[in-house]
Amino acid sequence: MSAVIESHHGDHHHGPAKGFSRWLYTTNHKDIGSLYLWFSFIMLFVGGAMAMVIRAELFEPGSQIVSPEFYNQMVTNHGLIMVFGVIMPAFVGLANWMIPMQIGAPDMALPRLNNLSFWILPAAFGVLLSTFLMEGGAPNFGWTFYAPLSTEYAPPTVTFFIFSVHIMGASSIMGSINIITTILNMRAPGMTLMKMPLFVWSWLITAYLLIAVMPVLAGAVTMMLMDIHFGTSFFSAAGGGDPVLFQHVFWFFGHPEVYIMILPAFGIVSHIIETFSRKPIFGYSSMVYAIASIALLSFVVWAHHMFTVGMPIAGELFFMYSTMLIAIPTGVKVFNWLSTMFRGSLTFETPMLFAIAFVALFTIGGLSGLMLAIAPADFQYHDTYFVVAHFHYVLVPGALFSIVAAVYYWLPKWTGYMYDEVLGKTHFWLSFISVNLTFFPMHFVGLAGMPRRIPDYAMQFADYNMIVSVGAFLFGLSQLLFLFNVLKCVYYGKSATAEVWEGAKGKGLEWTVDSPAPYHTFETSPDLTKPQTNS
Amino acid sequence: MIIFRTILFALPLISLPALAGWDDVNMSPGATALGQEIFGLHMTIFWICFAIGVAVLGAMAFILFKYRKKEGVEAAKFDDSTFLEFTWTILFALILIGMSIPATITMIRAYDDTEGDINILITGHQWKWQYEYIEDEVSFFSNLSTSLDERNNLAPKGENYLLEVDEHLVIPTGARIRFLITANDVIHSWWVPDFAIKQDAIPGFVNTGWTQVNEPGIFRGQCTELCGQYHGYMPIVVEAVSPDQYKEFIMQKKEAKLQQAALTEKLWTTEELMAMGEGIYQKNCVACHQVNGQGLAPVFPALAGSDIVMNDKARQIEILMEGVQGAAMQSYAEQLTEVEIAAVITYTRKSWNNDPSGNAEIVAPKEILDYKTNKL
Repeated sequence: MSAVIESHHGDHHHGPAKGFSRWLYTTNHKDIGSLYLWFSFIMLFVGGAMAMVIRAELFEPGSQIVSPEFYNQMVTNHGLIMVFGVIMPAFVGLANWMIPMQIGAPDMALPRLNNLSFWILPAAFGVLLSTFLMEGGAPNFGWTFYAPLSTEYAPPTVTFFIFSVHIMGASSIMGSINIITTILNMRAPGMTLMKMPLFVWSWLITAYLLIAVMPVLAGAVTMMLMDIHFGTSFFSAAGGGDPVLFQHVFWFFGHPEVYIMILPAFGIVSHIIETFSRKPIFGYSSMVYAIASIALLSFVVWAHHMFTVGMPIAGELFFMYSTMLIAIPTGVKVFNWLSTMFRGSLTFETPMLFAIAFVALFTIGGLSGLMLAIAPADFQYHDTYFVVAHFHYVLVPGALFSIVAAVYYWLPKWTGYMYDEVLGKTHFWLSFISVNLTFFPMHFVGLAGMPRRIPDYAMQFADYNMIVSVGAFLFGLSQLLFLFNVLKCVYYGKSATAEVWEGAKGKGLEWTVDSPAPYHTFETSPDLTKPQTNS
Repeated sequence: MIIFRTILFALPLISLPALAGWDDVNMSPGATALGQEIFGLHMTIFWICFAIGVAVLGAMAFILFKYRKKEGVEAAKFDDSTFLEFTWTILFALILIGMSIPATITMIRAYDDTEGDINILITGHQWKWQYEYIEDEVSFFSNLSTSLDERNNLAPKGENYLLEVDEHLVIPTGARIRFLITANDVIHSWWVPDFAIKQDAIPGFVNTGWTQVNEPGIFRGQCTELCGQYHGYMPIVVEAVSPDQYKEFIMQKKEAKLQQAALTEKLWTTEELMAMGEGIYQKNCVACHQVNGQGLAPVFPALAGSDIVMNDKARQIEILMEGVQGAAMQSYAEQLTEVEIAAVITYTRKSWNNDPSGNAEIVAPKEILDYKTNKL
């Protein structure tokens, strides 16, 4: 996107600097948004390549291409990269690009902090990925890094992993502070909280979640560091510590983290559905309340990841009930999206296709989540491929599809050029088919008894694993089409109008500025106190 | 296009199960009362979720088709309906309450941890299970018995590939068995799907699970918590037999224990120790130290050419008996008999050119016994 952000509108503002220093020193929210998005795009292929290794190993029973030890490194780093290196940075990138433009602000509130929070991220992943070249190999204890496998029994590179997580956490906290400050202080006059676009709302709540839980993660890895190097025994039973404490601390971070990766998606999908339905979003205020209640509930459900650790029955029941409660606000959101489309005038451009697939497949992921909430049944589902199917349904056709939808939806605004619609639809259909081919059969092998994180499996799981692997390879290849389409748009796209989409009229301030959006937008706040056509 | 989409969507739902029987795609129906009850609960919840899914996706397909953009048809303008939103919120709540009632009942039944007729302590080790019959003071380890050739695609894979062990956990039918589950190193998880028991084995904690099997049979499961590189290679096999056969099994185990004590006193030849040691090495050591004794640097040290193995007999005995603090090497004092430890040490001292002169001293079972006695 770099080539096209320069403004050709002859306004009096200075344009961006030239060359690499532009990106290194930039404090411009659009530049930083692009950096985040490109970073996450690159990491998508890195983490995706690891998924391909996993699926190649699992293509047939028997040892295939990698050792069990390297397989565990793949599983661990695939998870870490996809969570912290792809989904989260992509949402932060979208926040950087869109929040100032959606609230009529000239930039983020804390531009230098913004620059720092991006640039420490490549450092964090540089540290993490460098462990592959070290003696003992990369982290191999799963992305949930349960102690004592990640402490007493970890490879020496675990220390690099700990520092890498610390840096990622610092980046997320700084990003969140910036987003909250921007939203609370820099809205255009007249944009009250309950008039904010839903993407802004979803990010405001997400940012609070991040600030609340990233320090908890930092605490968990610090305790690990102490156990490994300074002789403490937080998680070591032999020293009077408690391995289960690790899981409580981790999931107190981990469950809100799960919603950090889905709430911004709710905002994005709401915008896209209303635009291509040519109708206002149904139940705006209940959408806001639903996001807020999901966020609040996320703090009291963490132990549903731990139904098999031997909690007292009161704990099992409490966490079962609280988890089931989340189905209510989530159901409200799905019904609101359906009602938005109801009696609309629907067209199916690429962003809309991805958004519709999001609603449909996220519903499947939500329903399997409801099954997992049932504690006694979870004794059978826990740590099997049923869980793998569930969280990939909410993260791939969920979070990832929403990001892809957002990129197609706003790409013309960012670059000033239209992407290729035929390519976009091809990308969608290939992704849609292959994503189901990959993740649906995982439900079956999981129920039939295949544990997760194993490098080899019993004969009865062979057929479905082969189907899953074929689906995964197809899905991986399809994403190259996405990269091609974005590059084609940047270099050879046809010019886009300011409004881009027929249905975008009145759907937000970002559609009132030119395409491409000038390097500096809204240096004078738009006044929303008076009724306007675009508000 | 919409129809195309719907068909595609339904494809994985319908056609994949049709490729195989339902057994391969659904949870075990359970071999015990609790297993059957949890299976029933699973199916109840599944059908509710399935119905909701069909309703939501069906409504969505209808909306996508009916309200696609048409000439001369304007989109409606409404954006709110308190009544509708209120109604479906209540509807969701009612469905959830309906689901939570059977779930709570089953939960209470599953959490019965009163004492059993037979209590078995299960300890997870990297990467094997130890079973200890508390009342009868019988204890043994259970290792994967699938051959390396099968795993490396050099031999055809058997029917129970990766789900077979050398020593079954034998339980009698008709008795209430309570499992006490813990671990020695990292967290493992003991899962037998047919019993619907999955309990994490956590160092420093003792979790419980119970079962009562009424028909003889063999039930297979696996470790379900990532526990290191061979996590996928520590299966569980439980064999339910008649009470008489069970008594016989315990008798045999007790006799074997006595015989082993006698063997310790016997005079062993180098050949006998080497032959036995090779078998022990293949079963217990190759995972880390490899068949050729080269280990896997840097985590698992080589035994071939090792100074300790070649020159420091006392330290080598100590390592096998105590394990190595902070490393993957565990204590074998309880996993192997004195004879077996002596045999495997002798084997390593005389293999892989560790003993070019052929004069390396053998380790006699008595020395291991002495080590144990001195420690007391």
